[in-house]
Amino acid sequence: MGSNKDVLQGTLALLVLKTLARGPMHGYGITLQIQMLSKEVLRVEEGSLYPALHRMAQDGWIKAEWGTSENNRRARYYSLTAAGRRQLAEEEKSWARLTQAVAQVLQHA
Amino acid sequence: MSWVSRLRGTFRKEEIEHELDEEVRAHIEMRAADNIAAGMAPPEARYDAQKRFGNSTLLKEDAREADIIGWLDSVAGDFRYAVRILRKNPGFTLIAILTLALGIGCNTAFFSIVNGVLFNPLPHPHPEQLVTLGESKPNFTNGSISYPNFVDWQKDNHVFSAMAVAREYGFTLTGLGDTEQLIAKFTSSDYFTVLGANPVIGRTFVRGEDKIGAAPIALIGAGLWKRKFSSSADAIGKPLILDGKSYLIVGVIPEVFDLYRSAHPTDVYVPIGQWNNPLLPMRGAGLGIHGVARLKPGVTMEQARADMQRVTGNLAEVYPDSDKGIGANLTRFKHALLGDVQPILLVLLGAVGFVLLIACFNVASLTLARSTGRTREFAVRVALGAGRGRLIRQLLTESILLALVGGGLGLIVAHWTTRAALKMLPADMPRAADIHLDSHVFIFTAVISLLAGILFGLIPAWRSLDLFLADTLKESGRGSSGTRHRAQNVLVVLEMAMALVLLIGAGLMSRTLSHLWNIQPGFDPHNVLTFSISLSPTMSDANPAAIRAAFRAVSENFAAAPGVQGVSTSWGAVPLGPDDEQLFWLDNQPKPSSENDMNWTISYVVEPDYLKVMRIPLIRGRFFSAADNEHAPPVAVIDEVFAHKFFGSANPLGHHITFQQGELRAEIIGVVPHVKQWGLDSDESQSLRAEVYIPFMQLPDAAMKLAPTGTTIMVRSDGANTALFDSLRRVNKQMNAEQVVYGAQTMEQIISESLAARRFSMILLAVFATMALILASVGIYGVISYLVGQRTHEIGVRIALGARRWDVLQLILSQGAKLTIFGIAIGTAASLALTRLMTRMLYGVSAADPLTFCGVAAVLGIVALAACYIPTRRAMRVDPTVALRCE
Repeated sequence: MGSNKDVLQGTLALLVLKTLARGPMHGYGITLQIQMLSKEVLRVEEGSLYPALHRMAQDGWIKAEWGTSENNRRARYYSLTAAGRRQLAEEEKSWARLTQAVAQVLQHA
Repeated sequence: MSWVSRLRGTFRKEEIEHELDEEVRAHIEMRAADNIAAGMAPPEARYDAQKRFGNSTLLKEDAREADIIGWLDSVAGDFRYAVRILRKNPGFTLIAILTLALGIGCNTAFFSIVNGVLFNPLPHPHPEQLVTLGESKPNFTNGSISYPNFVDWQKDNHVFSAMAVAREYGFTLTGLGDTEQLIAKFTSSDYFTVLGANPVIGRTFVRGEDKIGAAPIALIGAGLWKRKFSSSADAIGKPLILDGKSYLIVGVIPEVFDLYRSAHPTDVYVPIGQWNNPLLPMRGAGLGIHGVARLKPGVTMEQARADMQRVTGNLAEVYPDSDKGIGANLTRFKHALLGDVQPILLVLLGAVGFVLLIACFNVASLTLARSTGRTREFAVRVALGAGRGRLIRQLLTESILLALVGGGLGLIVAHWTTRAALKMLPADMPRAADIHLDSHVFIFTAVISLLAGILFGLIPAWRSLDLFLADTLKESGRGSSGTRHRAQNVLVVLEMAMALVLLIGAGLMSRTLSHLWNIQPGFDPHNVLTFSISLSPTMSDANPAAIRAAFRAVSENFAAAPGVQGVSTSWGAVPLGPDDEQLFWLDNQPKPSSENDMNWTISYVVEPDYLKVMRIPLIRGRFFSAADNEHAPPVAVIDEVFAHKFFGSANPLGHHITFQQGELRAEIIGVVPHVKQWGLDSDESQSLRAEVYIPFMQLPDAAMKLAPTGTTIMVRSDGANTALFDSLRRVNKQMNAEQVVYGAQTMEQIISESLAARRFSMILLAVFATMALILASVGIYGVISYLVGQRTHEIGVRIALGARRWDVLQLILSQGAKLTIFGIAIGTAASLALTRLMTRMLYGVSAADPLTFCGVAAVLGIVALAACYIPTRRAMRVDPTVALRCE
């Protein structure tokens, strides 16, 4: 099944990709977005965010560019690539399958 | 695309780090700003934002390790860290490096010897096709091939692409400056084809030029070419005067790698048909001719042996007199060259491997001991997020670094010791010239350094981490050091076991050698000098009477030299030297029709003073006198083996022997004891041991005509003159300027050289065993020292509670004794199993000799206990007030 860390990592990637589907964003923004959309239930561990972003960039799902942030600081903006969009669709499908399966087990257990 | 970004990443590493730093800083700033906006005080706001990030260093490390270059970078970091740690602990580092240098160094040195001798390919093209040939006869498994047999073997066989024979010889060179004695070889035409040797200039022999009666030609060696012809090309076509006869030089050839290499390079090669020995055309003659041949591609040894059996079988039918019962002996060239040496070298290779293992165990033990002091360091790293794998990698890096440095130092040590060892090698050790430090040796050193580093690094690393990660951090980790003890104890016990094995091996060898030295050869070898003499070339055509007169003069002149007590000319066999045999029949038997019905005996042709020179006693009858000359009735003296074999307990005096050569019928006038002809220890097991002595002057004329070249002179002196041979050489020159004496050796040297191989193994084993003993005692000293250090507190308590110094001594020494006894027990068991591999090298002792085993065990026990002495004294001197204070 994979260690705890792996499942969370996979989920984090899914959340990040979905967030970026709305438009390019920097790391802090992604954190805030996920927090807000999940109504404070999900908090991204900042220590694990940047390694995850780095990995996803290496895998070619997102790309990074330097830009200026709201408070006029230099910040790195991430955006979805075409491969990233395809990956997002895949991950959404897997997630749906997973939750459906878990729900079925819970119903009949 | 990810590969591209990785690649880009490797070249822009610094830039990427800066970017990451900046990104994280921006993130923190943004959150801090939001925190302030939400009402936090600025310092708190920043702190909170930073805290969420946790360990930024770990972030960066993780991000970095995501690719290979990042991994390499962290390995480099490990390396730098290892260097720092090792420098902080100079004592440990120095001892470890020296120990490893010793262990790796002697392995490298020994490997370079084994490499040169066993592993280096032979210099011939397709060496696996080369085979040595000999005749197998009733008394000799690999005997000389007769010339007529060789010719037929060459003609009739189907399996060899080329076959050749050779025979060592010596010529006197005249007419080119100083008269010189040359090292020569008679060869057949195909000799150089078989061995793949090409001439420097000119040509080699052509088929047919080796026939008896062909024109006299010669090939000269590079050394002679330089000495007498200044390496000029016009040497071709010039005449070379050997033993008074002129040979035409047709080519110059570099040294040929053959089985029988003398210490000096061959000066001249002459076709074998030119040998004026009257026995050459005789099919049954044994003249010391050996053969070498090249198999046709794809032919196996079994096929070759089968074919040669057919050939010799046919010859036995056609010539039953001389060839009945004679077969061909084929041996692979490499095996013939190295067969005897290989098992010895392999035993020694095992021994030197033990030394390395002991060295590694010592360093492992040291590392284990040191790891107790590093628990804090490990704790910090684990807190920083290092996993167990990472820590092990760090420790391994340290040990491999140590091993590589030790290996480098060992290489230098090996270089010196190899040169020293080469001087000690037996003179007949094959391929000694090929031993030097080459790429094989470097690779070997690097590989075993690496393996050694992993070996002595991995085990302690695993053990200490296991214990550490299981424990919580305690200031005094007393519980964990118990298990660490066990690992160290096991190592020390194994070390002592291995040292015991080596010591027993060395002990057995040295007893063997002392037994061999004490074997009576049958004569007194002290102060006996032997050398060869060639009369002036004008004597080659002289009549036998003149030759006899010349030899009489030679004997008289040498006998008159100061310090000389006895002189004897010698023809035929020399004890422990070249052999010579004759066929004969007894008494009044008619001449047997076939040689198979005759008997063999070793034959010594000597002068009356021989008994005095060799100090051989007389058992019965009398020896020769000056009256038993060419005009008197032929006489002979036999040895006890001959007497027993052919006459039983009856009195042999008065019986007659008729020798096949010249059909000489001699009366037996005396009996002497047996002398060891074949070897100090191997003589007993030979089948041909009967010996007979004939007066030199009574040699048949046909043989006497050959005597002017290469007869031996044996001289007994009073030992006062150390430069005896030089004096005799001057005497010789005064007799005749063209007479040459050469090849001087004392009988003691001859005996010593027959033991050289065994002596070499003994010395090496002794050296390895001593090193093992030193390392093992250092090992046990270290362990007991460590034990005392760990238990100082406990000892303090005991003393405070009333224990006497003596009790403390018993406590510590019993630890040491326990380890030693275990080591001796395991070592003895291992020795019993392993020394069986040495049986062939031993003489006079069994591989399980109880005296050696007990003696060596006692030595090891004493040394081990002595090594425990210093730590024990330290334990006895523990001051309880001090010990108890350091809680």
